[in-house]
Amino acid sequence: MSFSVFLPYLLVMAGVTYLIRMLPLTLIRKPIRSRFLRSFLTYVPYAVLGAMTLPDALYATSSVWTAIPGVLVAAVMAWRGKSLLSVAAAACLAVAAAQGIMLLL
Amino acid sequence: MKGLRHGLAIGLGYLSVSFAFGMKAVADGLTPLEAVLISMTNLTSAGQVAAVPLIIAQSSLLEMALTQLMINLRYALMSISLSQKMGDDMNTPRRMLFAFVNTDEVFAVAASQPEKLEHSYLYGLITLPFVGWVMGTLLGAVAGQLLPEFVRTALTFAIYGMFMAIILPPARKEKSVCLVVVLAVMLSCCFRYIPFLSGISGGFVIILCAVAAAGIGAWLFPVKEDAAP
Repeated sequence: MSFSVFLPYLLVMAGVTYLIRMLPLTLIRKPIRSRFLRSFLTYVPYAVLGAMTLPDALYATSSVWTAIPGVLVAAVMAWRGKSLLSVAAAACLAVAAAQGIMLLL
Repeated sequence: MKGLRHGLAIGLGYLSVSFAFGMKAVADGLTPLEAVLISMTNLTSAGQVAAVPLIIAQSSLLEMALTQLMINLRYALMSISLSQKMGDDMNTPRRMLFAFVNTDEVFAVAASQPEKLEHSYLYGLITLPFVGWVMGTLLGAVAGQLLPEFVRTALTFAIYGMFMAIILPPARKEKSVCLVVVLAVMLSCCFRYIPFLSGISGGFVIILCAVAAAGIGAWLFPVKEDAAP
């Protein structure tokens, strides 16, 4: 893909992301009143990350059988409130271990 | 100085996550320069991860804009919240500069400060996260390909680990968040496995799942009146 094809995507994603962060900080000086809207905005990040994690994570490795241990280990660690870095590291190690076992089989 | 110190931990954490992003972006077909440019101008892990396949597939710019809007909408909330804590010296140009690096982790640290936020603190706070995010991407994009396939695949998984570390602790604490996450996952599975729906492109799937799940959550479990967004 040439750089001239890439550039419009870069500008759009950077522009949208920046405006989302910048406009509320500079323009909105009062809290949002609508209870539904505030609730909706509160839940959006969790919904987005949930939809991005599954089922995509199952297909992030070469086989579902190496991805499943990664998902399970990360889920258990995260559920127990472990730090972001240790969850990420444990997930990687679980996938690496599963790949090792698959190679031996 | 206090800001720089607080930013150091965030910057170090970003090194590893952005390493995985840089590696994955190049593996998917972007050049290292493109991966670094994305990181320099966006500073958003989930948004960037979602963007790479859209660029590779040359999806419409509208789909890109809507995907980024949905995924990054949470920053609007964080910016609204921080706007209540700005010190008197935070005029509009200074707010505009700080907003550029208002990530989840920067927000979490800034919001937890007891005093009003002044520009000297905020500028210090955002410096090392920015450097860490860009440097990690560069290292991953350039050196990632030198790693054996085995290690690369395992490292790619770091991003999903990070996503789970963000959503599961609150889901355990609040049944409303738990419901929203479960709904979003069920919906995205439907879009993946139901033949009629699986043709819809990835960016729109995330938008549809998020709007539906967050909407149902907001309808069934409105947040309490006193809870600041």
